[in-house]
Amino acid sequence: MWLEQLWFVLYVMIIGGYIVLDGFDLGVGMLGPIVGRSDRDKRVLLNSIGPVWDGNEVWLVLGGGALFAAFPLVYASLFSGFYLAMMLVLLVLILRTVAIEFRSKRESERWRSTWDWFFTISSLGITVLLGVALGNIIQGVPIDQDGNMDVDLVSLLNPYALFVGITAVAMFCLHGGIFLTLKTEGELLDRVRALVPKLMVAFFALTTVLIVWTLLLDQPLTDRYFDRLWIGIFPALALAAVLFSWWQIRQGGYLVAFLGSGATIALLLASVAAGLYPVLLPSSTDVAYDLTIENASSAENTLQVMTVIAAIGIPFVLAYTAGVYYFFRGRVVLDDESY
Amino acid sequence: MTAETLHRLQFGFTISFHFIFPPMSLGLGLILMIFGWKSVRTKDPKWRQLSLFWTKIYGLIFAMGIATGIVQEFQFGTNWSVYSRYVGNIFGSLLAAEGIFAFMLEGGFLGLMLFGGQRLGNRLWLFATTMVVLGATFSATWIIMANSWMQTPGGYEIKDVGNGDQAFMTSFREVVFTPSFGPRFFHTLVASWVVGAALVLSVAAFYLLRKRHVELAKTMVRVALPLFTVLSVLQIVVFGANMATEVASNQPVKLAAMEGVYEGGTHQPMTIFGWTNPSTQETTGLQIPDLLSLLTGQSVDTYIQGLDEFPADDQPNVNLVFQMYHLMINLGMLFVAIGGLACILWFWKRRLWHTRWMLRILVFTVVLTQLATLSGWWTAEFGRQPWIVWEQLRTEDAFSPNVSAGQVAFTVGMFVVLYVLVLGLFLFLLDRKIRQGPPDPPDVEEIEELPDSFGEIFRNQNRARSRASATTSRRS
Repeated sequence: MWLEQLWFVLYVMIIGGYIVLDGFDLGVGMLGPIVGRSDRDKRVLLNSIGPVWDGNEVWLVLGGGALFAAFPLVYASLFSGFYLAMMLVLLVLILRTVAIEFRSKRESERWRSTWDWFFTISSLGITVLLGVALGNIIQGVPIDQDGNMDVDLVSLLNPYALFVGITAVAMFCLHGGIFLTLKTEGELLDRVRALVPKLMVAFFALTTVLIVWTLLLDQPLTDRYFDRLWIGIFPALALAAVLFSWWQIRQGGYLVAFLGSGATIALLLASVAAGLYPVLLPSSTDVAYDLTIENASSAENTLQVMTVIAAIGIPFVLAYTAGVYYFFRGRVVLDDESY
Repeated sequence: MTAETLHRLQFGFTISFHFIFPPMSLGLGLILMIFGWKSVRTKDPKWRQLSLFWTKIYGLIFAMGIATGIVQEFQFGTNWSVYSRYVGNIFGSLLAAEGIFAFMLEGGFLGLMLFGGQRLGNRLWLFATTMVVLGATFSATWIIMANSWMQTPGGYEIKDVGNGDQAFMTSFREVVFTPSFGPRFFHTLVASWVVGAALVLSVAAFYLLRKRHVELAKTMVRVALPLFTVLSVLQIVVFGANMATEVASNQPVKLAAMEGVYEGGTHQPMTIFGWTNPSTQETTGLQIPDLLSLLTGQSVDTYIQGLDEFPADDQPNVNLVFQMYHLMINLGMLFVAIGGLACILWFWKRRLWHTRWMLRILVFTVVLTQLATLSGWWTAEFGRQPWIVWEQLRTEDAFSPNVSAGQVAFTVGMFVVLYVLVLGLFLFLLDRKIRQGPPDPPDVEEIEELPDSFGEIFRNQNRARSRASATTSRRS
């Protein structure tokens, strides 16, 4: 049924939208202690994402809602199975919001540096947890015949998954760093510009190791790549995008480089999704217990309604997201309304 | 404690905490629209000054609402996986629709609204505010649709296609417009507006008591007090009454618990306050004869079903529902009295500005309105028990079987600590902002120069420049 396939693609696009958009503001959070020296620097960093971070985070809410609606069985199994990890995600999401909102509300130096650390650590926490979740999904999770799983936090934090997490950290730091080249000025800008090439090297090296490690793992993703060779286009395009971004950074074309790093992130996710398809949540217990687009999706009429809603809503969403980014383009100017 | 109790405790605690914020943003949003509209019409900078002040507070409230709202969206899957599988086809699509339509509208325009004070002209800023308020209202609409489906499900059939029983949609129209949706939507929306008006009133009364920002405070009262009073009256007479009638026809056992009706019959009295005693099956307290029958069916001969007509294990916790419901009703009555009295003092030679005891009451009213919305929500949700989906799925059968009680106990503790911290910070900052007071009035000419239409933003020019060029072209 084509609706299930459509929703698989839409779902990957929503998650892609989330990691591309929230990716750079998480990166800005993690780069805080590295590039920000003075209180003013920290405020510029915070205000570079000020008008957009909550809009970016809404993509995650959308991802949760779309998963519940289109693939309720995946939503139920994944969220309950990763219970403590999900709760940790919620904890760091709230701490991050609180840190952003409250940081500049008092002059006290201790107050501000405390919240700066909360901001950085929570940004790091979300990034690592997202990577760990993806790492575990690639390896497969112990789903039983009822669709339930009970994985403790420690076994989620296995070396491969953690490595995906670390790669995600480098990826978002790079993305956030390039974003900051467009938003900062003066010495802060110089520091950011000096850091970006190093982040690029780190990201490139980590991703290369990750791909080799993934190929060495015993999981069905690699086999699917051999079965349908054409999906190799996604990793190939990802490589092209990252090289293009690298070239643009060297040329000083940071805006284009930023679009390039965004495309890299989206294409890497697409590469994983193309290798998983039609499975959404692979079972490590038995292939028969895999949650796929056929056995875990909503009924056809629900998907029809959802498609109509998405067709009306998503163009608006894209239009005003673009509008907001356009309106707040240019370098950060601090004023009364800043964070 | 059993796993079920812990799951319920966590959901109840987190959703109650979340529910502090959305009504405030809905209500304050309405008032910000009034301020913005006044700015556009009168160009008096005091309105913009008020908008600047309250928009900052709105931002704080909104951020709290979003942060605690994400928790709710995740918790259906984490804590109620059986429920999620059961209702995914229906409930999931309503939540996703909320995400697409409403949340994005809020998230997208929120930046413009919060940062618009220094960047946007009056009209465009009002537009951004209106979009955010519309988004918040849409958001409330979809959420109340989803919750109403749990209360009075419609447009579905239960089938097992290999994953256990699941609800499948038969009609989207019946899913979204369930019998209880209309009354519940208006009741909640009006309640939220009352909360917003009470918040503004409370801050204004505080300033009047301290003799600070007196003129601005009076302006706030002039906007918020009529709104508060009229809406409180309408809530009792129209929207609340409507709601009770709806419950009587769709969830009679819930109404029986709310009113403490143990034995069905005509000529049912209405209890103003009292106590239900499950062992003697009696409700004692101050009662007005025949009133419940009269209000429910416009006749004293209206038959009201009693708890005795329903099996014991299909009944909610009667005294809990009864007390929550009566707390809400009596607070609602109190708001009419407070609003009425304050209006009289206001009309009577503006005595309100100097009547300190009344101002003190007004400062405190916002807390009472929060208590009223919470107790109303608790009435609805406790009254739905033992069902998670009315007469279809029991709460005790709906939680995640693969999550251990120990894990939930841990996260209950985590949320209590986290939310106490967050609430403390929120109140601390709210208090600071209120003590700091509104900013200096903005310069009228500077406002004139800000871009005030989409054309001006996208052509990247401001009013002054376009005016200047207009003059030059006329001259040439």
